[in-house]
Amino acid sequence: MSDQKPVLTLKNIVKTFPGVIALNKVSLDILPGEVHALMGENGAGKSTLMKVLGGIYQPDEGQILVADKPTILRTPLEAKNKGIVFIHQELSLAEELSVAENIYMGELPLKSFGRVDWAKLYSDVDEILDRLNCGFKAQTIVGDLSIANKQMVEIARALTVDAKTVIFDEPTASLTDAEKIVLFDIIEDLKSRGVGIVYISHRMEEIFRISDRISVLRDGEYRGTLKTSETDHDELTKLMIGRSLEHTRPEESATKEEITLEVKNLSCGDLFKDVSFNVHAGEVVGFYGLVGAGRTELAETIFGMRRKTSGEIYLNGKHVEINSPADAINHGISLVPEDRKGQGLVLGMNCRENMTLPQIDDLTVGNLTAPAAEQDIFQKYKEKLEIKTPNWKQIVGNLSGGNQQKIVIGKWLSMHPNLLIVDEPTRGIDVGSKSEIHNLIRELAGQGYAVIVISSEMPEILSVSDRIVAMFHGEIMHTFTSDEVTEDKLVQAISGIYENDSAA
Amino acid sequence: MAQGNLKVIGELLAKHGILVAFIIFMIVFTVLNPRFITSDNVLGVVRSSAILGVMAIGVTFVVVSGNLDLSVGSMMSFSTIVVLDLHDKIGPILGIPVMFAMTMALGALIGFLVGYLKLNSLIVTLGMLSAIHGLTLTYSGGKNMDIADKDGTWFSIFGQGEILGLPVPILLFALLAAGLTLLLSKTPFGRKVYAVGGNGVAATFSGIPRARIVFYCYLISSFCVAVAGLIQASRSLGSQNTVGQGLELEVLAAVILGGASLLGGSGTIFKTVIGVLILGFIQNGLLLIGLEFYVQYIVTWVIIILAVWLDIAAKRGQLWSPIA
Repeated sequence: MSDQKPVLTLKNIVKTFPGVIALNKVSLDILPGEVHALMGENGAGKSTLMKVLGGIYQPDEGQILVADKPTILRTPLEAKNKGIVFIHQELSLAEELSVAENIYMGELPLKSFGRVDWAKLYSDVDEILDRLNCGFKAQTIVGDLSIANKQMVEIARALTVDAKTVIFDEPTASLTDAEKIVLFDIIEDLKSRGVGIVYISHRMEEIFRISDRISVLRDGEYRGTLKTSETDHDELTKLMIGRSLEHTRPEESATKEEITLEVKNLSCGDLFKDVSFNVHAGEVVGFYGLVGAGRTELAETIFGMRRKTSGEIYLNGKHVEINSPADAINHGISLVPEDRKGQGLVLGMNCRENMTLPQIDDLTVGNLTAPAAEQDIFQKYKEKLEIKTPNWKQIVGNLSGGNQQKIVIGKWLSMHPNLLIVDEPTRGIDVGSKSEIHNLIRELAGQGYAVIVISSEMPEILSVSDRIVAMFHGEIMHTFTSDEVTEDKLVQAISGIYENDSAA
Repeated sequence: MAQGNLKVIGELLAKHGILVAFIIFMIVFTVLNPRFITSDNVLGVVRSSAILGVMAIGVTFVVVSGNLDLSVGSMMSFSTIVVLDLHDKIGPILGIPVMFAMTMALGALIGFLVGYLKLNSLIVTLGMLSAIHGLTLTYSGGKNMDIADKDGTWFSIFGQGEILGLPVPILLFALLAAGLTLLLSKTPFGRKVYAVGGNGVAATFSGIPRARIVFYCYLISSFCVAVAGLIQASRSLGSQNTVGQGLELEVLAAVILGGASLLGGSGTIFKTVIGVLILGFIQNGLLLIGLEFYVQYIVTWVIIILAVWLDIAAKRGQLWSPIA
C-alpha cells in the first residue's frame, strides 16, 4: 500500500475562527483502497476539517492535494467534481422526490426540449441499486424509506459520481445491526475499487472492525496516525482524551426492596403490547432492542407524551393516571428524551433557562421569575455534572453534544424525580463524556433513584444496568439479571428467537 | 489589509446594522430638514405611532410563540366600528368592555384554531383578515359609523386627551409596553412563550402546555387590538369600515425591524417598540423632505429587506454565503 499515491492529502491545514484555533497544522493522507478512520472527542476539529474538505470553509494556511495535485476547493460543487463525496450523518435528501431524482439531482438525463428522460433515469438508477443489493426501486419516494435505506440512497449517489474519496460521517448512528453489516459490505466493495474512505465515528467496535488506519485529533491538533492492527482501545482512548479511562461496570447493586414503578399490561396501539415490568428504587433497568422495538414509545407513554390504549401504571404502589407530561412531572417522573436537539433543548435559549424550564412556575417571587433561585439550580448542577460552559448566558446551541446532554440531565435531576428515564443518553457524544454519563447513572442509582436506561448500544446497556429488558416488536421477550446476561443471549432476545429457548 | 477592514465593517453591520442605518437616516433627514428633530415633531411621531405600537407589542407575543397574526388590521377596524356604535346605543361605560369582550372572542377563536387544533397560523389569520372584514361590514351594514354628539362626550379622552401634558395615546402605549415587557421577560408565562416558539416539542417534553400558551398569546394580541381600536375610535369619533386595513403588514414590519425571528423564540417588546419608532420616523422624515406619502411604502419595503438580510447575515457571520 505504501507505494501507492494518496488520493487525498492534507498538509498543515490551519483554520481559525475569532478567538479559536479550530485546526492547528493538521496533516492527513488517504490512500486508495483504505478505510481511514478519523477519531476525536466532540470539538476536536473533525467537523471543521470535513468542512474544509467539502469546500465550505477555506483553510487559513496549508494545502490540499487531490491525487498529488495542489487544489483549492471553493465550493461544495468543486469538491464533488474533484471526486470527494460525503455521506452525511444528518441526511440531505429531498423527502418528497423519488430515489432516482435524488441520486441524479441537478443532472437528470435529458431528451429533446429539455424533457427528462425518465426511462433512462430509472434504468440507470435501478442498476446501481441492484449492485448495492437495495430492497427498493428507483421510483420509490425517499420519504417512505427507513433511515438505513436513505443512507443507501446517499451511498448510491456517491457511486454515480466518480468518487475517489468517500467520507462517512457517523454513518451507523441510526442503523440496526443488520443494516450495519450491509453498510460494511458496501464499504468493502468501495475499498476493492480503490476508493479512499474516511470514516468518522465514535464507536470503537466499528473502527476496529473496518478501518485500516486511524488518525486522531484532539483540540484541533493532529495527534497521530495508528495502524489499526497494531493498536488497541486503551492506546486509542489515551490518544484521544489525553488520559486513560477507568472501565465502568456496576460496582455494587444498590437495588432496594421497594418498587418505584410498576407497569401492568401496558399497551399503546400497535407500538407495544401487554408490557409488564417493574423498577425498584436504586435500580437501573436497561431496555435493549432494535430501532422500532417500541422502547422509546413505551417511555413516552409512561411520561404522558402518548396515550396508552390499555394497562396500568403504579408509582410507589399507587395507581396513577398520566395524561400529559405535566402529569408525569407532577408524579415525579423525569424523561431525558432520545433526540437531544429536537426534544430535549430549546437551542436558542441559554443554559440556565433550559435547565429550569420544567419548574419555572415554582421559581418565582411574587409572580415574577426569580433569577437567584434559577442561578442556584444552574450552579449546583453545573458543578455536579461538570458542565463546561463559560457562564449561564451561553446559548445552549453553542455547546458541544456532551455538554448539551448534561444540561438536559441536569434539568431533569433538578426536579428530584422518583423515576428517571434516560433514552439513548450518549448518542453522538464523545468517549470522555460518555463514561462520565455512565458513572453518573450508576451514582444516581446508588443514591436511591429508580432509573430506566434505553440504549441501542450493547456495551452501554451492559455496563450500566442491574437488569436488562429485551424488547422485540413491541413486546418484552425476556428480562435478564446482570449475572445471567451474555451478548449472545441479548442479541437472540432482541431478534425474537430467545423465547423458544427460555420456554424449553 | 483591505480585506480585514471589510470584514470588520461587515461584522459591525451584521451585528448592529439596523441601529447604524437608523442613526445615519436620522442625521441625513435632520440635515435635509432641521424641523425633523424638534420636540414637537418627535412627540408627533410617537403619538401617531401609538396605535401601530400598541398592536405591534401584542403581535410580538404571537411571533415569539412561533406564529403569525395577519388579522390584527381588520380586527382593529372591527373594534373601532363596534365601540363607536355601542357608544351611542348603550353608552361608553358599558360599550367599551363589551367591545373588548367581542374583540377578544375573535382572538380566542384564532387561538383555539392555531393552538388547540394546530392549524397553520398564516392560513388561519389570513382567512380571519377577510372574515373579520366581512363581519365588520355586516355589523355596520356597510355604512360609516359616527358618534352623534361629538362635542358632548368624554369618550374622546383616549385619543385626544392629555394627562400631565402627555397625550393619552402615548401614555396607553407606554403603559401597555411596560406591562407586557414585564409579562414577556420576567414571568414564567413569558419564559414559556419563548420556549414554545423556540422549540415547541422540547417545551412539551418539559411539561409546558403548548396549545394553551399559543391560545393566550392570541388573546393578548386581540386585547392590544381592542386598545388600538379604542384609541382610533376616540381620536376620530367616527370611522370607515376599513380604518385598520393594511396595518397588519405594518405591524409585522415593525416586529421584524425590531429583530424578532418569524420562526419564533426571539424578539422583545423593547425591540418591537424601536421597530415601531423607526417606521414612524421614516414615514415622517419622507413627508418632511417633501416626498409624497406613498413613497413611504416603497422605502419601508427596502428597509425591511435590508433588516431581514442583516439579521440572517448576523446569524451566519457573513453578509454573503455561497451555500444555503
